[in-house]
Amino acid sequence: MVVDGVTKASFDELVEIETNDGERRLGKVLEVGSGKAVVQVFEGTTGLAITGTRVKFLGKTMAMPVSQELLGRVFDGLGRPNDGLPDPVADKFLDVNGEPMNPQSREYPTSFIQTGVSVIDGMLTLVRGQKLPIFSGSGMSHNILAAQIARQATVVGTNEDFAVVFAAIGVQYSEAQYFKRSLEESGALKRSVLFVNLADDPAIERIITPRVALTVAEYLAFDLGMHVLAILTDMTNYAEALREISAAREEVPGRKGYPGYLYTDLANNYERAGRIKGKNGSVTQMPILSMPADDITHPIPDLTGYITEGQVVLGRDLFRKGIYPPVNVMMSLSRLMKDGVGEGKTRSDHMEVGNQLYDAYSRAQEVRALAEIVGKAGLTGVDLKYLDAGDSFETHFLKQSPDENRNLDETLSRAWDILATLPEGELTKIKDKHIQQYYKGSK
Amino acid sequence: MVAKGKIVWVSGPAVKADGMSSVKMYETVEVGDSKLIGEVIRLTGDVAFIQVYESTSGLKPGEAVVGTGQPLSVLLGPGIIGRIYDGIQRPLDEIAEKSGAFIGRGITTSPVDMKKKYKFTPSVKKDDTILGGSILGAVEETPLLTHRILVPPNYPEATITEIAKEGEYDLEHIIGHANSKNGDKIELKMYHKWPVRKPRPYSERFDPTIPLITGQRIIDTYFPIAKGGTGAIPGGFGTGKTVTLHQIAKWADSKVVVYIGCGERGNEMTEVLVEFPHLIDPRSQRPLMERTVLVANTSNMPVAAREASIYTGVTMAEYYRDMGYDVVLVADSTSRWAEALREMSGRLEEMPAEEGYPSYLASRLAEFYERAGRVRALGSPDRSGSVTLVGAVSPSGADFTEPVTTHTIRFIKTFWALDTRLAYSRHYPSINWMQSYSGYLEDISKWWKENVSPDWYDLRAESYHILQREDTLKEIVRLLGPEALPDEEKLVLEVARMLKIGILQQNSFDKVDTYCGPAKQLKLVRLMVMFYKEAQKALKEGKSLADIRALPIITTLLKAKFEVTDEQISKLEEIEKQLSDSFKGNMEEVKVTV
Repeated sequence: MVVDGVTKASFDELVEIETNDGERRLGKVLEVGSGKAVVQVFEGTTGLAITGTRVKFLGKTMAMPVSQELLGRVFDGLGRPNDGLPDPVADKFLDVNGEPMNPQSREYPTSFIQTGVSVIDGMLTLVRGQKLPIFSGSGMSHNILAAQIARQATVVGTNEDFAVVFAAIGVQYSEAQYFKRSLEESGALKRSVLFVNLADDPAIERIITPRVALTVAEYLAFDLGMHVLAILTDMTNYAEALREISAAREEVPGRKGYPGYLYTDLANNYERAGRIKGKNGSVTQMPILSMPADDITHPIPDLTGYITEGQVVLGRDLFRKGIYPPVNVMMSLSRLMKDGVGEGKTRSDHMEVGNQLYDAYSRAQEVRALAEIVGKAGLTGVDLKYLDAGDSFETHFLKQSPDENRNLDETLSRAWDILATLPEGELTKIKDKHIQQYYKGSK
Repeated sequence: MVAKGKIVWVSGPAVKADGMSSVKMYETVEVGDSKLIGEVIRLTGDVAFIQVYESTSGLKPGEAVVGTGQPLSVLLGPGIIGRIYDGIQRPLDEIAEKSGAFIGRGITTSPVDMKKKYKFTPSVKKDDTILGGSILGAVEETPLLTHRILVPPNYPEATITEIAKEGEYDLEHIIGHANSKNGDKIELKMYHKWPVRKPRPYSERFDPTIPLITGQRIIDTYFPIAKGGTGAIPGGFGTGKTVTLHQIAKWADSKVVVYIGCGERGNEMTEVLVEFPHLIDPRSQRPLMERTVLVANTSNMPVAAREASIYTGVTMAEYYRDMGYDVVLVADSTSRWAEALREMSGRLEEMPAEEGYPSYLASRLAEFYERAGRVRALGSPDRSGSVTLVGAVSPSGADFTEPVTTHTIRFIKTFWALDTRLAYSRHYPSINWMQSYSGYLEDISKWWKENVSPDWYDLRAESYHILQREDTLKEIVRLLGPEALPDEEKLVLEVARMLKIGILQQNSFDKVDTYCGPAKQLKLVRLMVMFYKEAQKALKEGKSLADIRALPIITTLLKAKFEVTDEQISKLEEIEKQLSDSFKGNMEEVKVTV
């Protein structure tokens, strides 16, 4: 929407639009100059007319009222109450765009979060203040996994529970409902804040939803000292809304029609995670996105992977086999694992065991491919062992039930069970002293 | 005359202002009431296009824009080392002091502490002739680094009339006076400023013949880079670009390291800040932070300053080069810098070339990489220094045919191609040994022959040949299975596997394996080649491949990289003896111990 006769508007300013029928909508200034302003209308331009629509520049950027009372509440995609209860009393108003965290002031994340999910704790360890997305495809069990993590996540050795900030961005009603119910049943809802923008809500509103959610997450973490787990689902819908606006503004497109600044824009959201020196709280981010056509090289997962500290990738094959969680460990990675595990944090053999499992499973995959050509009979002794190790990895380690909460010792002992099926000489990634301590197999 | 105009248009980091007829191209300007820092990037009539280095949220048409008369410059003097700067050389610790944990706007700070006193020791005396670039004296910047005070390179020849005695001075103190030939009086201080977009001059450029030792086996042994050379690391996400760059920044045998985090993660810069003060340089036994400068413009910081950060970093690198030091500059990632160019170009509504990137992308990349080199510095005394440039490239979808990768390849000589498949199987560093290359191999082999061992080139070639053969054999295995190969070729596969695990893979997070000195690198390669030859012989003598595969020495060889430290290198001689013993007799009786 372009507004004429503008004299005092500023860039990024919040705008209130009044339609002919007296309905009020919100928007913000995208571009301003020569008496004109380009305004992005959050709730869509349906019903706006050239004559009669009035615009008021509010002289401030978009802000979210925050206070402790937000906990347990449900809001819409722009941060307005959606649960029939009155507006919460605001402690203060915060600019939803946030400001970049100074790398100098960041505290490097090193505290291990036990999620109770073996594959994550053992091989893709999550730490407090990390941003670890789930790359999924349509129909797969990413929501069940995210909900399980939200219910079970704990920092070992403390009783602190995580506060959950959940942002539904353009998702179906049933998905948003599933999360709400899951939090409710486990009693976590009272320490959660939900923002819901459903698939049939205006697309433009989605640009704001993660921003208000992360503003609240930062407030809870750095003002109130809580440990916050922020779940954003589904970032693909967010990026699509961004493309819509970019196209409407006739900008020069980058890859697949997405704007050239998609990376920067996504980073402005994802980078709002972490810890700050001298403050108690933390924001751990778990964005969920569905890869269009399961394609990990699509710009949205691609750029996300370049920003986030690793990724948990769900695999269609495992999902079809009925394995939950269907995590494709080869494509998944946690960049901060190295700093969150080991002596004094978890267990000294943790990292090496994780690496050896990767190595073993990767060999198993190669052998499987080979067995398809030459048949099992054509395999040598060690190869056969790898084949078995690969199978038991999937059934004994990866697979677990959505309500099964395994502690780290159990996870690692299951890992050693699998390594025990391999000859000792194959364990090239593990130091001798750990082999002596934990290895149960034969030479 | 100072230009003074008014904003007429704002869109993100791009601002148009009129009434700017007296402003120069690339002049820095103060934008708006909160005096945001910007740079003029296009002039049309009296309208200037300005890229603003800070968030423009809240900026209004009508606010003032004031020129500073200066191009974007960095301050060069003692106090830079150990600091972390944003893209336009503002120290992040001082920004944190002024605006808290989140970065505010319109903050002005000095890049170095102008009040801090340094002990200056002059190396010139009255009546000495000085040229632009000459050394006047030295101060100790950190215990690791003597900072040589330079005459600004653009100063004319002059005669010293007065120079300060040895003593403690701050940066604003005038440490010397000189008269130029045409009688101009010159004042000399311990610092000067230099425009970032202008390469610092030197007198002569040398061929790159000395390798940069990084302690990373696949780099030093197989795809080396020379001091003063250029290299690029392209790779999809998760392939370990950042870890590889961190490794180079940690262990490279250079005097100074400039690390530019350009549009990358905030936590990565924090990691360097947390880790480097505790890491000890293997050569000087001092913390690595005492030789490191960080330039951090993370992905969520303003995009225009990201564009500038590369130039800020390379100008500082050239300054230390001019003192006669070897400098490594690591830029992570040049793709984000190219995206910053694209974003500004889009906002200026320029005609795009491939994938929306501006048509001048290639020339900008060329200008950047050409600032590398080993040179003889200007002025006296005679000295040489180097800037080695290593840039990460983040190709979208790990597709090496995208514009930033294809253009970068044209201007660099060492190419470390990171491979998503290797990364998926946790083969780190995931540098693909078939795709990568080094243009310095021949130039630097003399150094290896003279300083490490005469057979370096041959051992490297022999071991590389095994890997090449494996690559062709793999195709056959994929179609027919390994049993279709004769034993001789199965052995090639086995030794290639050993090379991959024992040499090419290197664990950056293991205390021992993170750095592997040149002598140990060569010894390990020699052991592998020796094993191959012994095993070949054994096969010919009729021994079975299964027996060879069952030799316990194999596990010893594979673990030697982290079980034997650089200091206990003699242990490798023991292993060598065990290796040849293993093949004697019926091969089963030899016990292996380390």
